[in-house]
Amino acid sequence: MPVQYTSIMDEHLTVRSSAGIFDISHMGEVLVSGDRAADFLNTLFTNDIRKLEVGFGQYTLMCNLDGGVVDDLYAYRLEPSVYLLIINASRIDPDIDWLSKQLSSFGQGGQVQLTNVSDSMGAVAIQGPRVVDFIDQCFSGASESAEDAHVCQSSQSPGIKRPSQMVKNQIGQFDFRGTQVWVSRTGYTGEDGFEVVCDGRDIEAFWECVLQHGKPHGLKPAGLGARDTLRTEVCYPLYGHELNDQITPIEAGVGFFVALDKGEFNGRSRMASQKQGGTARKLIAFKLTEKGAPPRPGYPVWSVGPNPELIGEVCSGTQSPSLGIGIGMAFVATAHAKSQTAIQIEARGRKSAAIVVPKPIYRKPS
Amino acid sequence: MGNVPTELKYAKSHEWVKVDGGYATVGITDHAQHELTDIVFVELPTVGRVVKAGEACAVVESVKTASDIYTPVSGEIVKVNSDTTANPAVVNTDPYTAGWLVQIKLSDPSELGALMDAASYSVQIGAA
Repeated sequence: MPVQYTSIMDEHLTVRSSAGIFDISHMGEVLVSGDRAADFLNTLFTNDIRKLEVGFGQYTLMCNLDGGVVDDLYAYRLEPSVYLLIINASRIDPDIDWLSKQLSSFGQGGQVQLTNVSDSMGAVAIQGPRVVDFIDQCFSGASESAEDAHVCQSSQSPGIKRPSQMVKNQIGQFDFRGTQVWVSRTGYTGEDGFEVVCDGRDIEAFWECVLQHGKPHGLKPAGLGARDTLRTEVCYPLYGHELNDQITPIEAGVGFFVALDKGEFNGRSRMASQKQGGTARKLIAFKLTEKGAPPRPGYPVWSVGPNPELIGEVCSGTQSPSLGIGIGMAFVATAHAKSQTAIQIEARGRKSAAIVVPKPIYRKPS
Repeated sequence: MGNVPTELKYAKSHEWVKVDGGYATVGITDHAQHELTDIVFVELPTVGRVVKAGEACAVVESVKTASDIYTPVSGEIVKVNSDTTANPAVVNTDPYTAGWLVQIKLSDPSELGALMDAASYSVQIGAA
């Protein structure tokens, strides 16, 4: 996927107002199956996978024994004992290593199979408020009389015939020109939308098909640049920026996805003590309150006052295309993490005034 | 791709220079603004600063990145175009006129000989 097709600004605003399609084939896909797959994954992931019904997915995190994040991912329950993990491209090798090592010490290794299908699978994300108006057409290769052609094959969701009938986080299998593709109602932009995972050989034809049906609704291809600015506006973490193997989900503000009450899992004790006793640093969202250089990763964050203190560092930042000002996320000392705290962001030796704001930074006008 | 006016001189790093007596006006080329796409922030040097050819003297930022702008000539900054800091998009829409960045009093006019003419710059950007 290129950084941009036309311009980040144009692609970003197109996704917010109508629709964009992203090539996300770089993402990794891992299948985990077997009678004890859920038990195994529940010792690795922070969220409670037993709460997943067949045909649904959940955001979750995989942590090391100290609670540092190995990766953040989506886990889908495709069949009672089959899970699909969508993982970050840059983390495929470390994830597979970690999963394999953990499986060998799980004991009943023979009852759980791990299959890395990242190389053979392709994926696209179709995001924006207009997507629901045309997504079904991408699967109706046949006329209406041949409705079976786009019936969801997932027997566990018998009522679902079209992608638009799915709710958030639901996943189903639909027919695209004779092959079965997975479609989920998920995304990374803060907009309604769908993600499609299929055999890499079919992805180009599917991309063209979506473009054809979506263009009348304003759909445009969107690149990595817009993907980054869209997720930053809604404060979704990106591995390597807000998350790494030294940062716990509690510090990164994604404690909502940590089910401390589900029993033992990797990193649980550290996360439990952090939840109880607090953390030295916290991930905050901020907005510049004056015209200043767009914040960038690595920029120092300062307190205000006659003797400003260095209190943290920007981990994601950009000019917000939706708001027209500099925004970002930063890890700062907890004393400065409260909403409405005045802070300063330093760019090239010059400090700009900013304020800590609640997440998400951008909210859809309702 | 890109408009390359024949009356200007060009640097490899995609700045243009317009010479008027002992003064040079500097901006970025149409090709450069097109590559950067939406310019959202411009940082200019202070008037009176003395710069050397090849030195970073301004910063132009798109949504994604900050790019240093290098002065192709040496001298003293005598004027800056504050319209570009108030309205950065003018560098996209009008890179050769309203979107100029700095004016420099030349300290070594012989440096101009090292710059490219429009034909050579067009070759560099694949527009010839």
